[in-house]
Amino acid sequence: MTKTINKLGFTAAALFASGSAFAAGAVADEFKWMTFAVFGVIIAITMAITFWAARSTHTTSEFYAAGRSVSGIQNGWAIAGDYLSAASFLGIAGLISLYGYDGFMYSVGWLVAYITVLLVIAEPCRNIGKYTMGDILAFRNDPKKTKTVAALSTITVSTFYLTAQMVGGGVLIKTLIGIDYKISIIGVGILMLAYVVFGGMKATTWVQITKAVLLVTASILLVMLVWAPYGFSLPDYLQAVVGDAKVQAQVAKLLGDKASNMSATDLGQRFLEPGLFLKSPIDQISLGMALVLGTAGMPHILMRFFTVPTAQAARLSVIWAMAIIGGFYVLTLFLGTGAAMLVGSAKIASIDAGGNMAGPLLAQFLGGGENSVLGNFFLAFVAAVAFATIVAVVAGLVLAAASAMAHDIYVGVIKGDHATPQEQVTAARVSSVIVGVLAIVVGILAEGQNVAHLVALAFAVAASGNLPTVFLTLYWKKCNTGGIVAGMLIGSITAIALVMISPNMTYPLAVLKAAHKVIDGEPATEAKPAVEAKAGEGFTCELFAVCKKAEAAKPAEAAKPAKPGTKEKLVTLKAKLDATTDEAEKKAIQADFDKVKKANDKAEDNLKKFEGQTTSMMGLEKPFFLLKNPGLISIPLGFLAVIIGSLLYRDQRAEDMWDELYVRQNTGIHAEAATAH
Amino acid sequence: MSKPSMNWAAIDADPRFQALHKKKTTFLWGLMIFSTVYYFLLPIGAAYYQDLFKIKVWGVVNVGILFALSEFIVAWTIAFVYSKKANAEFDAMAQEIINDAHKMGA
Repeated sequence: MTKTINKLGFTAAALFASGSAFAAGAVADEFKWMTFAVFGVIIAITMAITFWAARSTHTTSEFYAAGRSVSGIQNGWAIAGDYLSAASFLGIAGLISLYGYDGFMYSVGWLVAYITVLLVIAEPCRNIGKYTMGDILAFRNDPKKTKTVAALSTITVSTFYLTAQMVGGGVLIKTLIGIDYKISIIGVGILMLAYVVFGGMKATTWVQITKAVLLVTASILLVMLVWAPYGFSLPDYLQAVVGDAKVQAQVAKLLGDKASNMSATDLGQRFLEPGLFLKSPIDQISLGMALVLGTAGMPHILMRFFTVPTAQAARLSVIWAMAIIGGFYVLTLFLGTGAAMLVGSAKIASIDAGGNMAGPLLAQFLGGGENSVLGNFFLAFVAAVAFATIVAVVAGLVLAAASAMAHDIYVGVIKGDHATPQEQVTAARVSSVIVGVLAIVVGILAEGQNVAHLVALAFAVAASGNLPTVFLTLYWKKCNTGGIVAGMLIGSITAIALVMISPNMTYPLAVLKAAHKVIDGEPATEAKPAVEAKAGEGFTCELFAVCKKAEAAKPAEAAKPAKPGTKEKLVTLKAKLDATTDEAEKKAIQADFDKVKKANDKAEDNLKKFEGQTTSMMGLEKPFFLLKNPGLISIPLGFLAVIIGSLLYRDQRAEDMWDELYVRQNTGIHAEAATAH
Repeated sequence: MSKPSMNWAAIDADPRFQALHKKKTTFLWGLMIFSTVYYFLLPIGAAYYQDLFKIKVWGVVNVGILFALSEFIVAWTIAFVYSKKANAEFDAMAQEIINDAHKMGA
């Protein structure tokens, strides 16, 4: 146990002592101590949990499944803690603050996903599973083959998700308090390793519960402060949002030329209407499919159902998770619109273009603003919750990947299920360390990379590879080893391949063109007549760049004067700056100058980075697959592969075991019992 | 910890198990299809029925916002309905089978 305490000391040292690592962040220097104090308290609480959990984590069942002694309500909170990643906690509030209605609409799918989990996955998996997704697939199929593909898929999905979390976390901590990116990643990694290696599933569960409680408390508090002035009336509150000048300005900016003949009231109202962010309905439906089916195929979510004693407890835990997760997303409607109205979209986007700082900045505003003690305390609290969020989600993912490595591959495939209990626990701990170190390395290597699509990719792989195999082995008598292997491989590989040729990747030609536009400006254009909508050449053309896509109608455009680029603007601003003597005016011009300079530098950086390149990683000049989300194609393909694979393969055992599997998943006879303490 | 062997085929063939299987299948598929259709109405409506979504019904609150909020209510209702039914009916039916399981096919 002294090791745990050493680790705590080390992490604290990394977080507190290295003063040189601090750059500018959202928290002003004079208030940083407050942030560190709150961080310290949260780290201390989670370390105490780990210390306590480590005392009862000795057997494999305790390490992977917390001895199956977690209650339904506790597991519900832990699922919420596992699921509400920084992407949904900060990301969705951010999307709402920038794009209004579309951001809120985006959140719905993340909740509806749990209906699939509740109705078809949670209870059967609890009844026939042991520690991993591989156990469920191996139940009536060839254990070595199915465990190998299940482990590969689990590690792939977890790595995608993990990388997104690590990079997102590092950037977040840097933006909030200015700790160097690499130090943030190492800090998060070491903390998470301490929880997982010493406390196993029990510590991970309680860290997730703590985080979920903190997150919900913070959100309720902020929403109270935002909503109370309007007497908790929804129309009155939204009326204020719609009537706000900052909100109207944001809509005008998003609409561009189309906004020129709209009144201020219309602009405000437009914030509550669809279409400001999500422009492709087919892509939307594709994402919806990946969410609704992918959540139920996420290894770290499936694993949570092995921690409860019975199928009834698994059911109760999904109900609680749905209440917490859904309630939280309803709160984000207020957090997002509140931030848009009180902080202003322009300011939010100036700190982080994706809007991730909406929640933290709203907290700071509600506490009294940038220079107030309370405002900075609120900001510190929200920052600490964000930090706890990352650690809790990452811990769950590492545990899932490590269990696939140790339990499926090492014990199941290499040792042929003949490992002593001691060997199994050691394998689990060693695998956790390997995965954890890998996560830190990947996190550092991926610095500055665009990883936003990795979360969607993780869901797409889970929905296309994992869900079809788990679902059909549970509910289709003829499903067998051939189908599992085919479905897992074809579903996952299709999803990944489609994303590699999709608009998610970086295409140098487009980046260069955009950068030139920023620096050199746009030439004047003549008036254009209205263009009628053009029908596409078929549905395939909406998905692949092989024929003409449908085009929307365009209204007539008036002639536009040339727009100056940043290069020209910098010269004029500099001249203006030298000509003014008034201090206040000088300050305003300087601020303008800095903003233009920042945009100019970024564009020049891109020019340098992509100079001479014409194709993406995959050798494409522009996307070949036109959707950002591959689910629409890869999910049906995954199901089809399981069906065809099963029909072409003969597997007597899979058929013989069907009665046992079906009876057991429905009744819970012979289900893994809780270990008594 | 060896578990007594069971005659799984006999349990599967038992009319009580068949009744449970039938009830569960109909009920779960019904809920699943309803929830999926209801969910996808939201992106479809937001894309193709914007005029409907823009109609203001409660101050500035429009059909679109109410529909998005109703998605939450519907999801919670489905969860509630399922757990009610499972707690009251499926669990009791399963328990009866569990009690007699070791005798079946013997």
